Amino acid sequence: MAMSKYRIGEDPDYVPIGRRLLLLNWTLVLLIAALSGIGFAMLYSAANGSVEPWAERQMMRFGVGAALMIIIAVTDIRVWLKLAYFSYFVALVLLVGVEIKGDIGMGAQRWINLGFFQLQPSELMKISLVLALARYFHGLTVEDTGRIPLLIPPLLMVLAPAALVLRQPDLGTALLLIAGGGVIFWLAGVRVWKFALILGSALAAIPIGWQFLRDYQKNRVLTFLNPENDPLGAGYHITQSKIALGSGGLFGKGFMLGSQSHLNFLPEKQTDFIFTMLGEEFGLVGGLALLSLYALVIAYGYIIALKCRNQFGRLVAIGVTSTFFLYVFINIAMVMGLIPVVGVPLPLVSYGGTVMMTILVSFGLLMSVSIHRDIRISRQGNDDGRN
Amino acid sequence: MFTRRALMLGAGKGVLLTGLAARMYYLQVLESDRYRTLADENRISHRLLPPPRGLVTDRFGAPLAVNRQNYHIMIVREQTPDVRRTLEILDQIIELGPNTIERVERDVARRRSFVPVTVRDNLTWDEVARVGVNAPDLPGLIIDAGRSRDYPEGPHLAHTLGYVAAVSEKELTGDPLLELPGFTIGKSGVEKVYDLALRGTAGTSQVEVNALGRVIRELEREEGDSGNTVVMTLDLELQRYANQRLSDQESASAVVMDIHTGEVLALASHPAYDPNAFTTGISHKLWNSLVNNPYAPLSNKAVNGTYAPGSTFKMCVALAGLEAGIITPGQKFFCSGHLDLGNSRFHCWKRGGHGWMNMHDSLKHSCDVYYYEISQKIGIDRIAAMAHKLGLGEDTGIDLPNERNGLIPTKDWKEIQLGKRWQGGETLIASIGQGYVLATPLQLCTMTARLASGKAVRPHLTRDHVTPEGVSSRETEEFPDLQVSRASLARIRDGMNGVTNELRGTGHRSRISAKGMEMAGKSGTSQVRRITMRERQTTGVLDNDELPWKYRDHALFVAFAPVDNPRYACSVVVEHGGGGSSVAGPIVRDLLQKAQELQSARQGISAAKLPNSAQRRSEPAQNTEDEG
Repeated sequence: MAMSKYRIGEDPDYVPIGRRLLLLNWTLVLLIAALSGIGFAMLYSAANGSVEPWAERQMMRFGVGAALMIIIAVTDIRVWLKLAYFSYFVALVLLVGVEIKGDIGMGAQRWINLGFFQLQPSELMKISLVLALARYFHGLTVEDTGRIPLLIPPLLMVLAPAALVLRQPDLGTALLLIAGGGVIFWLAGVRVWKFALILGSALAAIPIGWQFLRDYQKNRVLTFLNPENDPLGAGYHITQSKIALGSGGLFGKGFMLGSQSHLNFLPEKQTDFIFTMLGEEFGLVGGLALLSLYALVIAYGYIIALKCRNQFGRLVAIGVTSTFFLYVFINIAMVMGLIPVVGVPLPLVSYGGTVMMTILVSFGLLMSVSIHRDIRISRQGNDDGRN
Repeated sequence: MFTRRALMLGAGKGVLLTGLAARMYYLQVLESDRYRTLADENRISHRLLPPPRGLVTDRFGAPLAVNRQNYHIMIVREQTPDVRRTLEILDQIIELGPNTIERVERDVARRRSFVPVTVRDNLTWDEVARVGVNAPDLPGLIIDAGRSRDYPEGPHLAHTLGYVAAVSEKELTGDPLLELPGFTIGKSGVEKVYDLALRGTAGTSQVEVNALGRVIRELEREEGDSGNTVVMTLDLELQRYANQRLSDQESASAVVMDIHTGEVLALASHPAYDPNAFTTGISHKLWNSLVNNPYAPLSNKAVNGTYAPGSTFKMCVALAGLEAGIITPGQKFFCSGHLDLGNSRFHCWKRGGHGWMNMHDSLKHSCDVYYYEISQKIGIDRIAAMAHKLGLGEDTGIDLPNERNGLIPTKDWKEIQLGKRWQGGETLIASIGQGYVLATPLQLCTMTARLASGKAVRPHLTRDHVTPEGVSSRETEEFPDLQVSRASLARIRDGMNGVTNELRGTGHRSRISAKGMEMAGKSGTSQVRRITMRERQTTGVLDNDELPWKYRDHALFVAFAPVDNPRYACSVVVEHGGGGSSVAGPIVRDLLQKAQELQSARQGISAAKLPNSAQRRSEPAQNTEDEG
């Protein structure tokens, strides 16, 4: 706002801070709080009826994250538009940084210690990529999206971080980045045949790229594609997860009574497999209730996007909503054995500070879009939108 | 453009979320039962509780095989701060040695931290007490009580009872009980034959376990049933006496049985071994010494040893002649000391010959030539038929493993087995229980019992039928008649009476002189080598003592008592012992006398305790009195 050439009170789109808080989508906040609350309850159960070691810390993180979310929400959307490329650049540098550090330090370290909290550059990238692509396509007309040279820069913006996280190796995050980026391309109006072309050439590149892989890398990929090859590893996890879910039945075994979860047959029950524990203890009813909450949140994201009158906001809204959806879908499909095991947590419910932060920050952006939905922004990103 | 694409995207997400819901429905409703079963299989572990093995007692309830508490000490890693330190302290209390400590440390490292590892087995009560007192210094140590088989009589009943030992690979039947560590099953003797009945049924304990196998809690417990008690027909006191009586010999066996019920009262085979050595695993050294011992201590010679019956077979030949109507008791044959048949000369054991012999005298003096004469008239096949009637040449069906059949030759048998024609001379040799004829001591005892009772008695070792399903009485069993005329049997018994109770009878010196307890018997001395013509002519037949042990004659004696109201039959075979009447006879005499003494001493008790058996025994006695 400091960059605004209007003085305070002159900006036609200026909304006072109190009014912004009123405009805040409190129903969405409530839904988010409800999902997190379910998470606390499951973490309490995972620790056999104790807030230690997970539930308590998760609540504190939620408190900090929720405050951050509201601060972001009431911040003018144009600030985020201006910071879009910068944050992308920072995230990319940090990604390269952990990559180099990982190489030197002999370990796959994916985070940077900031003292009070560990920053995971790949998480920052998930938000920054959405912002940067939204910023880019905001500046293009519908006709521009038809020009191939103009599509090269955003394509590189997606592929560069995706390649970096793939090297870590973190396939789940790479998929999220590519899919999240693809969603923005789609919404911006890129033609269907171009998607088909990219997808086709990617598939064609697989056998060629395969030649360059070393044997241990090939094995890693094969195990990923077919976990049954590794019955005591990933295959065992999925089998136990299906048993836990199936044995839960219609109404579940009851809170804190899941035998699979509490006798440790279920791995990672507080993180990636928390949905399984919920399904075991609350049955189909509990699972569908949680899924409905997620569906409502996603629907809210779409409503916000459709009501928004600037391209940047619309793209950000659906971009973050889609990222959220992908988390939910990949995680639940994985624990039910529909797709191979990839390390993607269940957003707002799984234990983990960084993902909680990413999700709450992105909801902050979504709400910011909602509050500032009527602001018109020029293609150049200036606020003199009425040219 | 944006709106249309956003709605398409949203619709796509809706489809995917519906897919998730459908999958949930499939897993949690359609497949729910299957997964519930799988979850329970994960969660619930069935543990078998081994049942206590059934006891074995003698006929009066004296314990012969019991279960002893066996203490072992175990260590649990997660309950002790320092495994090595704890073991070192334990080493000062009960001797472990560096090898044990090393092994335990290795085992502990390999198992999960909550799994107990055995440190030492078979602790004495003193050691248990010492460890108990020092328990506060020994965190993580558990003393556990198991059961192991104990034979209080040690070697006395080794062959009859057999022993138990760990289950071997090929004995696994799929019964999970057999796969329990430390479980033992019967490997020989009664322990083997009645193994299933003694084993009992396992109890189960349902426990909830976690993914590491740690027991969280017990859900259900069902105690098993201990095995059935097997009451033997053996009389422990008589059995001990029989062992003691045989112990002077290098290798011998004895059987005492009730001639009416077939109950075996004593079954001894010498030398024996201590079955307790097998229970906890026998050492290689001890095993090798048992296997390589020339007197075969592992073999139960009473049922697994076969011997030429020698002159004890003569009753069978005489009875065959009487029953076929070929000879009469008074018919006489002349013994000149030998008989010539074709080019061969068959000698009587008495060089000068016995002169004129009737049936009574032929048994009394054990004249060989008399039997050479009559067997030619009777023929081998008639003799064989009578032998089978008396229980020879086939198993007696006793409840012991690996009983031998012995051998009663016939013309057909020789042709089929050896592909040669039967020679006349072979009948002569068979008639004095030599040549192909073989019998076990148990068969000879059975034969004697049949001669004395006139019934097709079969020996057995347990008072009741014992099966895993339960115990049923043998009382209803009545042995069929032997189908031999009572008059003929009386003639044979009369001859046997002559052997022991008439002056110059071959067993006269072994007679029972106690009034009313007299026995009637028959000696047998069977050659194990061929006496050549040259030996007879040059050095003369060598005396038994001059020969190496394994070429000496077997000494046999069979008898029943009391002579005019028979109740007990006994057979004794002393391997390479020499003369039947001088070596085996006195043992038979002592056993039969002891059996009768014990019986009269226990009269009051047994009448009260075993009313049925006592009643049945008195019945057939009258018959013999009439005929005798």
